[in-house]
Parts: sequence; C-alpha cells; structure tokens
Amino acid sequence: MGLKLKALTKSPWVFHVSAGSCNNCDIEILDCLCPRFDIERFGALLVGSVRHADALLVTGAMNRKSAMRVKKLYDQAPKPCLVLAIGTCACDQGIFRGSYALTTPLDELLPGAVTAYVPGCPPKPEAIISGLVKALQTLQDK
Amino acid sequence: MTTIVPIGPFHPLLEEPELFRLHVDGETVVDIEVEIGWNHRGIEKICETKTFDQVPFVVERICGICSACHPTAYVQAVEDLADIEVPERALYIRSVITELERLHSHLLWLGLAGHFLGYNTVFMWAWKYREPVLDICEELTGNRNNYAMLKVGGVRRDLDESLFPSVLERMDDLDKHLNMLVGAVTDDPVLHARLKGVGILTPEAARAYGALGPTVRASGIPIDVRRDHPYAAYDLVDWDVISVDSCDVYGRAVVRLLECLESVKIIRRCLDQMRPGEIDSGVKEIPPGEGIGHAEAPRGETFHYVRSDGTNRPIRHKARAPTYMNLPTCRATTVGESITDATIILASVDPCYSCTERMGVYDASTGQKALDGKQLIKLSQEKTRQLREEMGE
Repeated sequence: MGLKLKALTKSPWVFHVSAGSCNNCDIEILDCLCPRFDIERFGALLVGSVRHADALLVTGAMNRKSAMRVKKLYDQAPKPCLVLAIGTCACDQGIFRGSYALTTPLDELLPGAVTAYVPGCPPKPEAIISGLVKALQTLQDK
Repeated sequence: MTTIVPIGPFHPLLEEPELFRLHVDGETVVDIEVEIGWNHRGIEKICETKTFDQVPFVVERICGICSACHPTAYVQAVEDLADIEVPERALYIRSVITELERLHSHLLWLGLAGHFLGYNTVFMWAWKYREPVLDICEELTGNRNNYAMLKVGGVRRDLDESLFPSVLERMDDLDKHLNMLVGAVTDDPVLHARLKGVGILTPEAARAYGALGPTVRASGIPIDVRRDHPYAAYDLVDWDVISVDSCDVYGRAVVRLLECLESVKIIRRCLDQMRPGEIDSGVKEIPPGEGIGHAEAPRGETFHYVRSDGTNRPIRHKARAPTYMNLPTCRATTVGESITDATIILASVDPCYSCTERMGVYDASTGQKALDGKQLIKLSQEKTRQLREEMGE
C-alpha cells in the first residue's frame, strides 16, 4: 500500500450525494456526525466539494434529474474514490422500483464503482459506520 | 446590476438536493428562484399500483421525517371513504407516534438552524437530545424512522405497556433538556441579533401564500389541524396551540421549541389515559367513493385524497405536503434581505423537498411545456366525467 492510500484510510473525507431519496438516509448520515455516533473517530469528515472527497455516500433511487449529476460528480472525484450505496433505494431502488421517474440503479450507472452496499430503510448509523469501515478495509488489501 | 448566486443542487449546506438561484444586487437579494424535482419519485402513481393495505408503506417514504404523518393522513382518507370506526386505543397510539415524530423533527430543525448560523454547539446539543427520542421510537415500533405503525382501521402493532415507565422517565429528562434549550435560545444575544426582525412574513402575506404549520403560527395566526379538525386522540387530551406574533425567524424557532414541550405533554397524557383494548377494526372491503384526510405534520398540514372504484387498489391518490405551500413564501421573506440572512430565512420554514417534488412534461425538440395548466385542468375534468359515467353516478 502506497503512502497516499495509507493516508486515505486514516482520514476518508466523505461527500454526501442525495439522488432521489426520501431524506431519511440523509438524516441518518448527518446523525453519524453527531455526538452519539461521531464518525470523526475514523477520520471521516463531511466535505463541501466533491474534489476533496475520498468517498461518496450515495442515497436515493436515482431519478431522471439527478442520475446524470451523480455520474458527473463521480467523474469529478479524485480516484481512488470509494462509493457507498446507503439505503435500500441506492442498493436496488427498493419500494420505488418500476416508477416512471427512475432510471438505472446506482451500480448500473457507475459500473464496478460501488464499494459497499448498506441496505436498510433507513440503515442505522451503526450500519453506515460499519459499511465505511469495511469499504476502507478493501483499500488496505490493495 | 444583478448577479445570480446559485445554491445547490448538491450543496454541503443542504441535506437534500434542490437549487436556489439568488439574484443579488451587491449584498441585497432582489429576486429568488427555486428549482425542485431532484427527488421526484412518482409516488402518487406508485400508490395506484399497490393495494389499500400496502399504500401506507409507500406514503411513509414520501418523506423520511414525516413518516407517521403521511400514513396518518392516508388512512384517515380511506376511513373517511369507507366510514370506518377506529378503536380508541389505536387513536391514542397514533397520537403518541406522531408526537414522537414531531419531537425529533423539531429538534432536528433546531440543530440544522444552529448549523446554518455557524452555531455548531446548538447543532450538536439538539441532535444529542434527539437520540433518546429515536431510541423510544425504536423500542415502541421497531425502527428509528419509518415506523410502519399505521393501518386502515387501526394500527399495525400494539405498544408494550411494560416500556411505559422508562418512556415516561426519559420524557421527564427530555423536558428538562428542552427547557434548557429554550432558555439558551431565548437568552442568547447573538441569536437575537441574527434572528429578530429577519425574514418578516406578515399575517397578510402568510394568508395570501396559504402558509401552514409553525411558519404561519409564528405570524400570529393560530391554525392547527390537530385542534381545528381533531383526529387521532388530540380531542381526548389537553394541550395548547402555540402561536407568537413576531412574524420573524426568531418567532418560528420559538414556536417549534415550545411545540416540543407541548408534544411531551401530549405523549405523557396519552400514555396515561390509554386503556387496554382492540387496536384494529378488521377492515375487509373498501367500497367505491372518495375520501380526504389531513394530519398536522411537524411542518404543517398534510393532505391526502383517495378515490376508490371498489377494487383493492386506489384509482387516484393525491398527497400535498406542507412545504409545497410554505416554500413559495421565500419570495416574501428573502427579497430585500441581505444574502447572509438568506440561508437561515430559507431554512426557517423547515423545508422538506422530498415531500414537495412535482414534475412537468416538456417537449424535448422545442423546449416548451407539453401540457400547460389549462390543458391539465381540462384533462382532469374529462377524467372525472368519464369515471362518473362508468360508476353510474
């Protein structure tokens, strides 16, 4: 593992992308940052620009308007970039599958890019933290 | 000369994607545009493909933080349609769940408002005290959000009475912490300077925009569906409608904080007065007809309309969330203010975009709207006439 990757695993900065979600997962992601769960223990920090991000936390079922923005955001992120599908909607569109407003699921939109799936409606903050830690472990194997 | 400052759609300040275009002249906002649709999921159409019993699961995912109010409004619409009597215990349980939701929603808003002001201490404290409420939700219903408690004709599961003493104990704790937060917000000179006299929404403007919930109660108009059209157990317990007439952002914060104290009161009394009994009236069939239901969500009145043709699925389901009425008031409140105050004014209506999403159809070749308002009304009226003929009304 190179120095850059080692540094990344110590302080994964995350960028939050909400693409057609019911905002429950978004609230649980914010909850991770708050005193009880405190994801900063793992060096994770919510950043304002995708160009500073090491991990994208994607929530939502990918609707027509936001799906292409998600792809654009992923292209702008520096690589390696971890992509976490947070919530059942991001994993497989969940209860909204088949709606006229949705396009392809996240893993078809960004083929091969999704590092971890965190199912749940909404996933508990513990599950999100566990997902992030497991995603970081995949980097350590490289 | 005006400059356009875009906020969003994927902006670190916003938990949901939406786009505000602030037209500014120097530091002053002269115009504002809102673009929505980033969260549109076509829920009304999905509901038409589900059975009456499945729809509550879809509508509670309209918005994560109103996940008890939307199903409450929906089941009340179906109960109105089919004339269903709901057992008393189920009414109390509905009140408890919706009030727990109001508690954690208002605390969430307070935290975010603090964050927008650069007051991260308020953010962390409010969210810290929000956690016990979510714990109670998890113990009583099985999930932190999306409770799946509502069902046509009653509730889906009973509350465990052995948990009540510990819930009441935590309510006492929360009461203490809330009073501390009320004191902290009302005594802080910095918050006074930032919030007082900012984002004025006059009662006339509030009426003209049809604003709802804490937004309008802070403009001195004490309307509340829980009192005006009582549902669940709100007419069985004592509580007060909170209203202040300062018309500014500070007023909206105070209304929300005091409402939290009212919610604690309602939960205590509901748990106290609840008697063992049936929780479900065992609905078998939904007759043809139409019904409406409303519920007071943390942000204002949620309205649902359901039409049935006698099959097991609704043929039309319409939902209107409070933010749809509250968001346009930003034209009245932000224009003329400085750009530094714009964010907190926009946040002061507690906007929830996933509730608000609507869509329009555009012709890709010309860029023009495929159907305008008049055509849509004409289409809608034709459909009603056609349905009436089919149903022999």
